[in-house]
Parts: sequence; structure tokens; C-alpha cells
Amino acid sequence: MNRRDSAHNEGPSAFAQAAELQLRSVSKRYPGQHEFAIEELSLTVPAGDVCVLVGPSGSGKTTTMRLINRMIPLTSGDILLGGRSVLAREPRQLRRDIGYVIQQVGLFPHQTVGQNIATVPRLLGWQKGRIAARVEELLELVGLDASAMRDRYPAQLSGGQRQRVGVARALAADPPLMLMDEPFGAIDPINRARLQDEFVRLQEKVRKTVVFVTHDIDEAIKMGDRIAILREGGVLAQYDAPAAILSHPADEFVSRFVGADRALKRLALARVADLDLVAPNGLVGQRNAQRVSATTSARDALSLLLVSGGEPLLVVDGEGRAEGLLTIDVLEQLLSSEAAEARSR
Amino acid sequence: MHEFVDAFRFILHDGAVAGQPALPSLGYLTLQTLKIGVIGLAISLAVAIPIGCWLGHLHRGSFFAINTGNIGRALPSLVLLAIGDAFLGLGLTVVEVALVILAVPPVITNAYLGVDGVERDLVDAARGMGMGELEVLRRVELPLAVPLISAGVRTASVFVLSTTTIASLAGFSGSLGDIIANETSYHFSGVLGAAICVAALTLAVDAVLALIQRALTPRGLRKLARERRVAARLGQAVAGASPIPS
Amino acid sequence: MAAPIVQLGVTGPVIPNYGAGSSSCVVHNHFFCADWVGHNWGPVLWPALRGHVVLTLVAVAIGFVISMTLALAAHRYRLLEQPTILVTTFLYTIPSLALFELLVAPVGANVYSAEIALVSYTLLILFRNILAGLREVPAEVMDAADGMGMTRTQSLLRVELPLALPAIVAGIRIAVVTTIALATIVYTIYDAGLGVPIHTALGEGPFKTELIAAGGLTVLLALVADGTLVLVQRLLTPWAQVQRS
Repeated sequence: MNRRDSAHNEGPSAFAQAAELQLRSVSKRYPGQHEFAIEELSLTVPAGDVCVLVGPSGSGKTTTMRLINRMIPLTSGDILLGGRSVLAREPRQLRRDIGYVIQQVGLFPHQTVGQNIATVPRLLGWQKGRIAARVEELLELVGLDASAMRDRYPAQLSGGQRQRVGVARALAADPPLMLMDEPFGAIDPINRARLQDEFVRLQEKVRKTVVFVTHDIDEAIKMGDRIAILREGGVLAQYDAPAAILSHPADEFVSRFVGADRALKRLALARVADLDLVAPNGLVGQRNAQRVSATTSARDALSLLLVSGGEPLLVVDGEGRAEGLLTIDVLEQLLSSEAAEARSR
Repeated sequence: MHEFVDAFRFILHDGAVAGQPALPSLGYLTLQTLKIGVIGLAISLAVAIPIGCWLGHLHRGSFFAINTGNIGRALPSLVLLAIGDAFLGLGLTVVEVALVILAVPPVITNAYLGVDGVERDLVDAARGMGMGELEVLRRVELPLAVPLISAGVRTASVFVLSTTTIASLAGFSGSLGDIIANETSYHFSGVLGAAICVAALTLAVDAVLALIQRALTPRGLRKLARERRVAARLGQAVAGASPIPS
Repeated sequence: MAAPIVQLGVTGPVIPNYGAGSSSCVVHNHFFCADWVGHNWGPVLWPALRGHVVLTLVAVAIGFVISMTLALAAHRYRLLEQPTILVTTFLYTIPSLALFELLVAPVGANVYSAEIALVSYTLLILFRNILAGLREVPAEVMDAADGMGMTRTQSLLRVELPLALPAIVAGIRIAVVTTIALATIVYTIYDAGLGVPIHTALGEGPFKTELIAAGGLTVLLALVADGTLVLVQRLLTPWAQVQRS
């Protein structure tokens, strides 16, 4: 097996486990078309962050993603991975350094799960023992029983299992960047939520730089460290952390896209324990106050408050100790202070 | 090469050979071959198309339909004709029977695959619109099955003409194969001339069938995609079948 | 290419095969005389069978190589497809007897003519099936292979061809069976194959036992070859045999 040049051979820890991704004035126009599919798109994804590209259809999010690994040729501009232009690298070798997950997964039907996952390591010339160990490690990482799954064929797996294998396959060679194109789009809603949660947990462990494409703003808010909202024609409407976008949408388009319930979405991002709770002061009402765990989201807490007719909730930690009271005022304060802060910027 | 020149001379002289006035003319033998072939083909189609299409419509009997094709392919014309000759004597009837036996399998298989392979959604929609079974077959399934059925018919026509000439090897007389089997009388130039005629005849028949196919194919299907579907369907069907029961 | 095909010493129309074991069964030309078969297996039937097998294997092997090359080219350059289909269909349409004779003029009455003709008949079916098989590979599988950094050759060898195997083997099955049937005619220009004893038998009466023996062997050969290839296909495509668990 011929050894191919890989990021790991390129010099002292060129990438470690994640690399910074920079798009500089990236433009794409298809031959024969007058309009640009993507016009002068610039953004930077810090190493280890999940950047979600979200927008309506025709906004060029998948196109942008495919420009990064050169599945589509660039018209103008540059893309830097770990400081090095992707244009300077041979496309096939570049792609072996980038994890690639697509909606229909594209598992090789004629290979077992283990063989599928081993694809890129084999292309890179890893030794058999190393590959086998890595396959086992990855299957556990994505929540599948290694001994049971490794020798199964894709036809024997459910949709959710297939996509987990797809993610494992993309992670196999420990790439510094992952590209994911609506990976959970073809999965039913219940399993989709589960997969999303698991991916968030996974990302906490491996901390890859991820570019995640979706048309679902809720998924974007859930998954992203930063969200890039694209308008039709690949124009960047806003690029910021989810909370910032929800509290201060840049314009009418973003506001509409995020949805009229953006305040509620914003609350969903916060946990009650992180808020400025009112100190418990021995008031009579406290003893009868409904208890909520510290990890409850602010949005769920609001729902409870509405049901309880505005009576304060008692926030308790894992051991049952009181941390403070949650009232509607606390929530209002959160939202209005963020809005004020954004306005003053 | 001078052999081809001689062969063309033979053709131009309508098969006359110096010093052999009693031999039948080339034109006559060609027409005979055509007649025998057409009769055989017509009978085969009359039998095979209805059966194949109906089975396909019912989506039943796939094992039968596909394996008939397999077994038909495995039956060498010469063997069939020789056995006919040995046990029944090789008259015109026996030859025609052999032709039918050889031509029916590819047509049945293809007719079955063609009708069976029409998308179920279309058939459902047609039924939902109130069409009876025969109407569904006639108006929806058959037009869409034309490419595959034609492929079968054209294959069958080649078999039929080929077998007609081979019949002469088994002792039949009355086709262009007579010349090819009789090099002593006709010399190699005659044999070559007859071979050219056989080839030309078969290509001409195929061309006519191709035109008929074109005329019968609904406009929307006349694309390159058709070829692909034909090949894919045939390949799929054979991939899943074998004459040996598994 | 050396001619590995066994030559039979079939002489003229005088009765050569009656000789070994002319029991009363044979002389009266009954339906099937096992004793004749037993006596003549070695000198007549086995060499014919062997020759037939060699003719077929060589033809299908060469046809496969040519068709695979053409199909890979047509897979890459779509424009090649139609002309190739046209040429191979043309060759396929010419009846076997005629094609053999047409080849004798330039090439001679030898094994080369026989093989060229037999190869020609395999091209259409093999080309069509290989190409169809390659085209059936799902688009997302190709996308994934490209996205992971496989080169064209790697994706062809590791992904496309394995997935095209069912269609390819189906084509080989048809080609083998068709060639076995066609090779019975080879004797008209070249002395080999199971057509030879059939021809001899036809000239003697016809001699039923020999006819049935040789004819039966041909059909049996075709069925065995077909069945074997089905098994081979099952072995090569383990992923197609599993059910969703």
C-alpha cells in the first residue's frame, strides 16, 4: 500500500485534531450562468468550533461546503485550512484529510461496517492492527456495539445506525475538519433528536472543526457554536453565536428566518442555573414552590411558570440544595439586557 | 480479396453455377428462407407475446418466464434440428416446430420483463381511473413495454433466420443454408455469396423490425435511457435466476 | 496464439464410429445405446467435449476483456456508447453460419475464424451488462467515494466494479451459454467441438445414440456452466445475500 501524503506527515503537529478554516472572498459562478451562486463569502471558523451554514434553498450552503473540499471548483477567492490554501493541495489528498458526511450517507453496500469505516485509513496506508483498533474505538464513540456491528452489511442497519456509521467513517483518519451536509435530514424526527444530542456530546469529546449544513434553524441553534445565515445567492446575512443571533438579528431577513418565536428559542439555550436567580429569603411561599432541576432550560421553566400562574419556581441542584428562585422577571431581565447590549454595539 | 469478388459475381448471377443448370436460384432460396423464417417467427410471437405479457401483467410465473429464456439459450439449434431429423425426419413442419421452440423463449422472457417492469404506481393510477385489466395492459403496460418486447422479437428473428440456414446442415433443403452446406456444388464463391445474402437478409429484417419498434414506441420513451433500462432489466433478471433450482 | 483445441480424426462419410462396439443395439439404431457411449467416450465424445469447453472459455475470456475495455471507456466517455452498441449489435445480428463463412475468406478455415466469430457474439451482451452494472451504482455512494479522496482508479476497483458484479456475472452467464450453443456450428470451418460427432451422426442414418450423447452433453455443459456461475456470483457478492435484520 503506497503511503500518501497526509496532514499528519506534513511537519510537527500541523493540525493536531482540529484546524482553523478561513473563507476569503469565496465566489462561485457556474459556467453559462449570469448570477453568482456564492458571492464574496468571507468567514473564519476557529479550530474546534462547529459552524452551521443555514439558509433557504438556493442560498448556496451545500455549494459552499463542497467548495471547501474541492468537489466543486472555485471561481475566485481562497479557502485556508490550518493556514494553508486548499488550492495548493492535490484534491484527492486534501479530501482524505477532511471528514465528509452526506444526507444519504453513501455507505458502500458491498462492504461491512468495519470495512466502510476503514476506508480512509486504508487509503492512507495505515497498518492493519491500527485500523482495527480505530474501528472499534469509533464504533464505541458513536454509540454502537463494536463486536455486533463491525461485520454487518449496511443493508442490515436502520437509518439511524447507518448515519452513525457514516459519522464514524468520516472521523476514522482523525481529520482536522469535518463537513456534514444535512446528515440527519433523512432520519425520522425522534431519532434525529437523539442523533443530534449524541453528536453534540461527541463533539465535546473530539472537538473537531465542523462545517454543518442544514435548512433547519432549530437544528442550527442546537448544534452550532456559530451560525452563518446565508441569503439567496450565497450572501452572508449574519455570522455569530446562536444567542447573539437570536437576541439581535442583523436584519429583516434574519429575523424572519429565525422565526417570530426567537425569544423562546433564546430561552431554550439557557439553563436556569446560569441565570441571576433571586436569593431564597425564607418567604412563606417558598416551601410550596415547585422545584425544578438546575439543568432545566429557561424555556421549559417559562412554560412551568405560565402553568403555575406566575408563582416562582425553586431551582435545586443535583443534591436537592436550593440555588435560588426563578421568577418571570428574571427571564425578562435576561432577554432585555441582551437586547440592550446588542443595541449598544 | 478475390474471393469476395467471386462471391459478388455469384450473387449477381442469381446463384447460377457453370455446368450445374439444375441448382435452385439464389433469389428463390432467399425468398424461401424469408418465408420459412417469417412463418416461424409469426407463430412464435402469436404464442409467446400473449403468454409473456399476461404473466407479466399478473406479476406471476417469473421463475417460469425467466428460466424459459435461460433454457432456450442453452439449446443449440443444431442439436434440436438433428434430433428432429433423427426421430421425425426433417420436413418443413419439423423445421417450423424447431424454429418456434427456439424463438419463443427470448420473446416470453422479454415480454414478461417488459410488462412486469412497468412502474406499479402507473398501473395503480390507471386502475384508479377505472380502467379494466385488459385496458391497463393495452393502454399503459404494453406501450411502456415496447422496448423490451422489441428487443426480444429482434433476438428471436435472428435465431429464426440463423436456424433456418442451419437446418440445411441437418439435411433440410429449401433455404440459403443449402448453398452453404454444399460447397462441392457451389464452390467457395457460392458459399461466401450465400453467406453474404444470409447476413444481408437478417440485417434487413432487423432494420424493418427496428422501424416497427420506433413506430410503436410512445414518443416520451425514445431516449438513450431506454437502452439502459433494457440492459439493466435483462441483467437484473438473469442475475437472480438459474435453470438449476436452488 | 497456439491452437490448444484437440483435432479429431473424423474422416469421410464412411462409418467410422460404429466400429468400436457394434452391438445389435447400435446396428438397429435404437434410441440410446449405453454400450456405444461407453466404448466411444474416450476416442470421440471426451475430446469433442474438451474441445468445446476450450473453444468456449477462450471466446468468453477474450470477449470479456474486449467488452470490459469498451465498457470502461464508454463509462468515462458517454459518446462511445451508441457507436459501440451499433457495431456489436451488427455483429450479433449476422447468423453464425454466415459469419463463420465470411471469416474464412480473409482469415482461413481455422481456429482463428472460429474464435473471432464466437467472440463477436459475446460482445453485445457483455458490453451492455457491464455498462449497465456500472451505471447502477447509487449516486450517493459515488459521491461518498469521491468525497473521501479516492482516485478514479480506486473508486473503480474498490467500489464500482464490485457493485457491478451481479450484472457482470449475469452477462457472463448469458455469454457462456450462448457460446456453448454456437460452438456446435464451428465444425463447418474447423474440426473441433461437440458439433463434430453431431455432424458424423447426422451423416449416418442419423445415428441416434451419438446424436443424443453429443447433443445431451452440449445442453448439460450449458446447464452446468450456468449453475456454476450462479454459485460463483453468490460467493462473490456476500452482501447481496443478507436480509435486513
